[in-house]
Amino acid sequence: MSRKAAPLDYLSRWPLRLWLVLVAIFLYAPLFTLIAFSFNDSRRNIVWQGLTLDWYGAVFNDTDLLTAFGNSLTIAAISTVVSLILGAMVAVACWRFRFPLKPAFEGALALPIVVPEICMGVAMLVFFSRVMPWPDDLPWPFSLGAIIIAHISFSFPFVAVIVRARLASFNRELEEAAKDLGASEWRAFMDVLVPHMKPALIAGALLAFTLSLDDFVITFFTAGPDTVTFPVKVYSMVRFSVTPEVNAASTLLIVVTVLLTAIGLKMQGKDVGKMEGGQ
Amino acid sequence: MPEAHEQNWKRAKGPFAAVFTAPALWLLFFFLVPLAIIWAYSFGHTVDLTEISIDGTFSNYARIADPVYIQVFVKSLWYAALTTFLCLVVGFPVALAITFASDRQKVWLLLLIMLPFWTNLLVRTYALMAVLRTEGFVNDMLGWVGLGPWPLLHNNFAVVFGLVYVNLPFLVLPLYSALDRLDKSLLEASLDLGAGHIRTIFEVVVPLALPGILSGLLITFIPALGSYLTPDLLGGPDSQMIANVIERQFKRANDWPFGSALSFILMYLTFFAIAAQGIVAKRRKGLEQ
Repeated sequence: MSRKAAPLDYLSRWPLRLWLVLVAIFLYAPLFTLIAFSFNDSRRNIVWQGLTLDWYGAVFNDTDLLTAFGNSLTIAAISTVVSLILGAMVAVACWRFRFPLKPAFEGALALPIVVPEICMGVAMLVFFSRVMPWPDDLPWPFSLGAIIIAHISFSFPFVAVIVRARLASFNRELEEAAKDLGASEWRAFMDVLVPHMKPALIAGALLAFTLSLDDFVITFFTAGPDTVTFPVKVYSMVRFSVTPEVNAASTLLIVVTVLLTAIGLKMQGKDVGKMEGGQ
Repeated sequence: MPEAHEQNWKRAKGPFAAVFTAPALWLLFFFLVPLAIIWAYSFGHTVDLTEISIDGTFSNYARIADPVYIQVFVKSLWYAALTTFLCLVVGFPVALAITFASDRQKVWLLLLIMLPFWTNLLVRTYALMAVLRTEGFVNDMLGWVGLGPWPLLHNNFAVVFGLVYVNLPFLVLPLYSALDRLDKSLLEASLDLGAGHIRTIFEVVVPLALPGILSGLLITFIPALGSYLTPDLLGGPDSQMIANVIERQFKRANDWPFGSALSFILMYLTFFAIAAQGIVAKRRKGLEQ
């Protein structure tokens, strides 16, 4: 390829490069500042006084924060699994079948994606406090049930969208061939359809996990006084003041996000590579 | 229009029920019913601390006509529109660069944009607080060149800045996917025929990618309109948006019916924006045919 002469090779033009650098600074400077100051040996987080890991020590001794972090990960894990199953099921249902009121159903399914978070948050607040009170004396992790339910409700439609887009490229003859060769509906589903959906399932799981881990507003309204998630806990710390401990906790969350992203990309890359190699 | 491969559910009731029932019930009980309840609440009034009677009154909606609330709605719409516009200005060149990058560069550039997007919203907002404070990093730098310190936090500037910061990736990705679908030979033809790059972008790229650009704008506008955290943490007392007012009705003022009415107005505004975008897209399609 003649890389240099291409007229559309915008990336090699300096104004655009400069723009990209500025956008990257805009997006990353706050995050890097936060990470840097989590190592700053000063209570007031303004002047650099030297390297310390004290704030991380404080985070790991803060049982409230650790509990909140554990809650968040548990909620995200359970919500991801259930969202993945429900999302894949409803995607297959809408892709394969024609049924009465299908457009209305598809519209309703898209609602959790478009309804503002705050509206869903208050709806969950009312639902779980008045209509279906979630008992708050349940043992962990059942005490997190209300939040998990809310998270599944807003996550699984996203999974459905991703899986359905993937199903569009499925060749139905493969499934029919499997059935002709004696496979049951279930076997054909598991052995033919599910492997085809796999990249979408990985992407959907990643999205559901991040959506859940990221959510503040809906959890803020759904959570009872005794069940606190990481964002809700950090929120109350932030309202109080900007402290180096919050910097350290936030940095840990950024690290978790980056690690998850790397794992997800690697899994997906491997999967795509395998499929392209197989064809 | 039913697609050719779709199977009538009656022909395979068992498999249909197996994949349809659970998600449909979940959606009904844990999403539609809660929404229906606050819809019903919006026509009620508070009797005492724990009781709300639903008596079909429109008084909650009538209260929204109060200039105080009208102002909040206008302000929210204006912030969301301004945010979307700024994201477009900042994000369009980025999307353009990603579209015409090599495959390898594309992956890295997308990751560059996506990584902050995957980072917790609260953490990002908090990071901005630390940077924008009067004793923060930006004012330090301004101080070195003899400017400031300027009040950058807890005001309207901070809210719009924060909204652009958290919503930018939301717009870059749909813009990129709209631009990526363009037939690049059309652009080359335009350049060959003597149009400059700027002219090509405004007269070829933008018109062709307009449906995708519009839906990208919508994807940014909707969450910006319903933002809660950004105005709450970065804004001052006069930079509240609808979501903050709703939160107050539910948590502090304990006026659930009025809060429900406000929620539904916000929802109707959202649906109106979606419908408007749909109509524009349809009209364009009609023109093309």
